Amino acid sequence: MVERNPILDTFTHALLIISLIALLIPFWIVFVAASHDFHTVNQVPMPLWPGSHFFENISTAWVQGNFSRVMLNSMIVAVGVTGGKILIASLSAFSIVYFNYRLRTLMFWLIFITLMLPLEVRIVPTYAVAADVLRPYREILNLFGLSIGLPEWNMLNSYSGLILPLIATATGTFLYRQFFLTVPDELTEAAKMDGSGPIRFFLEVLLPLSKTNMAALATIMFVWSWNQYLWPLLIITDQAHYATATMQLQKVVPGPVFGDPPIWNIAMASNLIVLTPPVLVTILLQRWFVRGLISTDK
Amino acid sequence: MAEIVLRDVRKSYGKNEVVHGVNLDIATGEFIVILGPSGCGKSTLLRMVAGLETITAGEIEIGGKVVNQMEPRERGCAMVFQNYALYPHMTVAENIGYSLKIAGVSKAKRRARVEEVAGPLGLSEFLDRKPGQLSGGQRQRVAMGRAMIREPRVFLYDEPLSNLDARLRVAMRVEIRKLHQRLGTTTLFVTHDQVEAMTLADRIVVMNKGVVEQVGAPSEIYNRPQSTYVAGFIGSPGLNMVSGTVDPAAGVVRLTDGQELAYDRERWPVVTPGPITAGFRAENVELSNVGLKGSFDFAEELGSARLVHGTVGDQMVVAHVDGQLHFEPGDPIQFKIDPSEVHLFDAASGRRLAGERSPMPARNEAARGLVKA
Repeated sequence: MVERNPILDTFTHALLIISLIALLIPFWIVFVAASHDFHTVNQVPMPLWPGSHFFENISTAWVQGNFSRVMLNSMIVAVGVTGGKILIASLSAFSIVYFNYRLRTLMFWLIFITLMLPLEVRIVPTYAVAADVLRPYREILNLFGLSIGLPEWNMLNSYSGLILPLIATATGTFLYRQFFLTVPDELTEAAKMDGSGPIRFFLEVLLPLSKTNMAALATIMFVWSWNQYLWPLLIITDQAHYATATMQLQKVVPGPVFGDPPIWNIAMASNLIVLTPPVLVTILLQRWFVRGLISTDK
Repeated sequence: MAEIVLRDVRKSYGKNEVVHGVNLDIATGEFIVILGPSGCGKSTLLRMVAGLETITAGEIEIGGKVVNQMEPRERGCAMVFQNYALYPHMTVAENIGYSLKIAGVSKAKRRARVEEVAGPLGLSEFLDRKPGQLSGGQRQRVAMGRAMIREPRVFLYDEPLSNLDARLRVAMRVEIRKLHQRLGTTTLFVTHDQVEAMTLADRIVVMNKGVVEQVGAPSEIYNRPQSTYVAGFIGSPGLNMVSGTVDPAAGVVRLTDGQELAYDRERWPVVTPGPITAGFRAENVELSNVGLKGSFDFAEELGSARLVHGTVGDQMVVAHVDGQLHFEPGDPIQFKIDPSEVHLFDAASGRRLAGERSPMPARNEAARGLVKA
């Protein structure tokens, strides 16, 4: 129902504008705080207009916080997780939609149910597996009385430990499944008639068709994995090498990195540094993101 | 030589059999139209030939080889789908050339072949467009080009014209016929439109509920329908059919209201008395002051002629009339029916009565140039 009523229009616009301001104020304060020197920031009340020390603060924060290292780590993790998720999601959905095998519906629902088991819920067993990847298989073998010596594979303090446990994704599988279900059967049949095998069909027809879908998933997953905090904190003890940006942020206020009392201007500058990549990704992909979620352009 | 042979081909989904044993020999270069209403199993039959559906029982042979276990690409068939099924993200050239790309043909050769195929289809200037930027008729031609480029043994068309508007449909019909004349490829064409079937086919296969009702040249199907089903399905309007009791001694069919419809005793010498269905074409009915008495219901205007719908007793009769009409609904009229054009069908089974003499002349076929030497 579309209402055309000037009073209602004014009201809804006012509501939207107020919400937008409420949303933007914290960012503005972060930005303003990041642009003053130490003394101005600690005045009461704090100034509401930006000062002139912005780039100075950013570069101080960058160097002191070791951000060239942790941003790179975060980037590796976020890109790895995003890429892995898209790969796993599209492949598993491909299998569920296009192949006819026993238990396929059960498989789908098993994957779907994991939506209810986020990392936080299963963090202890996940940690146990990350510490010794082959342990579940060893346990199963033991159950059958077989003692085959499987090698130990410890993923703690490594990129694979940061990336692999985060890759499984029910959301992505579901998104891809819904997309594949909208692809007309005739297209599959036409490809079959043209002599295409399943892998070629997947790579040359399905993946290009799912570009918008992929962008939507990539946006969500990049932001999600960039913001991962609990998992890296748990498995990374070698913080000099493998700390991610969000982990570093935790030490900013108040902490050993920047010292006591909290140095708000540098801390806020660090904040800005850490939130830039996800914001950029969202801005760049948002056109595709929206199209992927409302996806009708075929 | 038979290019495609179907031997007792059956298809079931679970316990539900949808194609009940089809036998068919298709000669090389023949244009076969499979005609039937939706749900009669005609598309399923075509898809079994293509290899898109498994064959539950029976055998399909293409070019002398049993193809039951072969993959679609190995069967040498190319298919045109109802909704075209073009790859939306590829250009016209990529769509047409995709099968060659899969076959590993080099880019330059591929481009040359695509242009060769696209030229006669009038697609040369659209090669770099995406399917989304084309009209329905152009998309249809791309789908045809995609099928042609493989130089298949067999063309399969699955209701390719039903998504087009009426004018385009006629134009594409002509193009498909021309294409067949030019390439001479054996063709199987599925449709529910009897006009398409009549105009395109060398032979028509009429299907109903998973069974082949009749196979024959269009004129044969039109002039000697083998069952009441075919009679009612073919022709516009379909054959008039009235039920009654046949009296072979008098050479008449006595209708339910007692009126008598004469038939040609020379043509039907052996008829056992009893219930029967008599049929006649609207073209062989005249409005006159003799014949079956009935009443006028309404008329359909065709421009050059009119279809007069009337009631005789409690049965509907349609007459094809050239002259002008001045009737009100309910007016009494009389239908004069040419006895030599009355067809007789068994009342119970609906099959055409056996023992008919004087086969129909083949002049229609000769005139259409469809008779094969």
